[in-house]
Amino acid sequence: MAPLQPPRRKDPLKRTRLPLLPPGQRSRAAHHLTAAAAEGRFALPRCAVCGAFHFPVREACPDCLSARIEMVEAPEGATVLSQTTAEVPADNYFRERAPWRVGLVKMDAGPTALVHLHPEGIAGSRLRLVLMLDRAGQAVLYAGPEQKGADPMTDPQWREMTADPLHRRVLITDARSFAAPALVKALVEAGAREVRLGLPEAWKPFATEKLTALPGVSVVPLDLGSERSVADHARDYGGKTEIVINTADHMRPGGALGGSITATRDAMEAVVFGPMRLAQALAPAMIGRGADGPTGAAAWVNLLSVHALAPSPALAGWSAAQAAALAWSHSLRADLAQGGVKLLNLFCGPADSDWFQTWPQPKVGGSAVATAAVSGLKRGLEEMFVGDVAKDVQARLAANPKAVEREMRQG
Amino acid sequence: MTNPLTLLVSALGSGAVEVVDLTQTLREDSPTIVLPPEFGASAPVRIERISRYDANGPAWYWNNLNFGEHTGTHFDAPVHWFTGRDLPLNTVDTLPVADMIAPACVIDCSAESADPDFLLTIAHVEAWEAKHGRIPARSWVLMRTDWSKRQGAAYANLRDDGAHTPGPDAAVMRWLVDERGILGFGTETIGTDAGQGGHLTPPYPAHHYLHGAGRYGLQCLAALDRLPPTGAVILAAPLKVHEGSGSPLRVLALIPKEG
Repeated sequence: MAPLQPPRRKDPLKRTRLPLLPPGQRSRAAHHLTAAAAEGRFALPRCAVCGAFHFPVREACPDCLSARIEMVEAPEGATVLSQTTAEVPADNYFRERAPWRVGLVKMDAGPTALVHLHPEGIAGSRLRLVLMLDRAGQAVLYAGPEQKGADPMTDPQWREMTADPLHRRVLITDARSFAAPALVKALVEAGAREVRLGLPEAWKPFATEKLTALPGVSVVPLDLGSERSVADHARDYGGKTEIVINTADHMRPGGALGGSITATRDAMEAVVFGPMRLAQALAPAMIGRGADGPTGAAAWVNLLSVHALAPSPALAGWSAAQAAALAWSHSLRADLAQGGVKLLNLFCGPADSDWFQTWPQPKVGGSAVATAAVSGLKRGLEEMFVGDVAKDVQARLAANPKAVEREMRQG
Repeated sequence: MTNPLTLLVSALGSGAVEVVDLTQTLREDSPTIVLPPEFGASAPVRIERISRYDANGPAWYWNNLNFGEHTGTHFDAPVHWFTGRDLPLNTVDTLPVADMIAPACVIDCSAESADPDFLLTIAHVEAWEAKHGRIPARSWVLMRTDWSKRQGAAYANLRDDGAHTPGPDAAVMRWLVDERGILGFGTETIGTDAGQGGHLTPPYPAHHYLHGAGRYGLQCLAALDRLPPTGAVILAAPLKVHEGSGSPLRVLALIPKEG
């Protein structure tokens, strides 16, 4: 398949295609797959008694009727049993995107499943299964090239379920973020058409030259704290933004009693109210352009801290602000979903920035954030944990959240 | 006897007395003082709409304002500095209203202030006095630099060792307060002190001496180039904020029409 070409300028006589979504209803149990797909894991339901994998998720084991079903990482390989191409699907979403290839595969894990099929998939061929979130945000199976690292991006069906920066225009909300230089580099390397960095308080010194040396990169005044600044930005770029990477932050240490309320308010302003302002100005246009061709509006990325999930008593106010940002992001995700626009939260460990200077290693540098962001976009993920600390906290939270609460007292 | 205010109103009406606005517009992108981030920082100016003839208020337009006491064109009360903390009537809500209307001497430093580190000295003021007469007690001394004509980064002029903006040296502030008994000192830059005033002795001498003697500061003024060296009257009434250390305000000057 030919690689994706840069989009042509829009024909002003044609109506922008409204976003339609694939069927979105799922059972409660089926969301076990959503959880795995959101993080890019290939986990399938397995009977805890007889050990058989199933697909789809069932309330009880079809082999032994046990109700003890667990989600377990499963072998990703599969063999294509049969394939077909839907030329004129009945569903409007798929009809607009036809022809659409689907196939029946026999999983190495055991079950047989109907999957979205890569063009290489023909009867008898070996493929690798991926649990993905489709445009409706529901977990679906995609069968792509078997070799790990193979680029499925040439398949429009894969692109439809991801938010690849290729040929898209990206806004990084705060050029002063520690992650901004690495993000710019990674996005340009990933083929982003434009990378725009917002510069708050443009009257304070900031060296833009290094950032804007790369092609398509610009720095524009943008202060998420200012209604006017955000509205002015949206007036210029509302219809010209396909991916937002929100890097706004304001970390100040301080405990629940000794911490400064002003600093907490500043943190809330930076990580909650500022992005709210931006989303209210920009997201409606993104939702409206969710189906605007293969490089339409695709994703909103938040750079959050893992302390959004596990507050640190030493960073009480900031942790609360992070938790508020996370809570709000779920609502934003629900709104963005109307246009099939994804929301990816990156949960980072302590950043390699001035405000975490005294924190023990390992810390998260800009390049780790950038690698995760681009990878998450290319895979259409919703949640990623960046850095060893964040991954460790995630695992410990899953095992025993109360223990994490106590352990966080030690920092 | 004629009511003197009748004369004033008449002069205002005839244009014999002009009103000059010395205030910068309070904007969200107005630069504010920058301190090391481990200190608390002034909130910037924020203007958030409540409604504008829309669903939140069909017939009316109004905003919520949020800003620090020391943003935009603003007034410093004596309590702002530790040296003035124990003085009576040292807050904006208690300071004598009579002080809110006072004459001004305007010292033109616009040529010298091309150098961002220009410091006003006693010699400069003495030279000014040789031309325009002794600075009367209880009058404002306004340092005209024309820096209010600058915008954004050029106005704040921050470098990696802090702000570089013109201001007074320590000796002249002490002298103006002790020897001339001025009411206050006003600048067009952010702060009554020079950008590097924290490195003078004592640090921030304008704040130190003015407020220690119960005198006032005005900063981020504009249009000082429209004032005569003497003869202008300043109207500077800060908001009556409970125990306030200062406030943004509208500063007006009354000037006799030239010619």
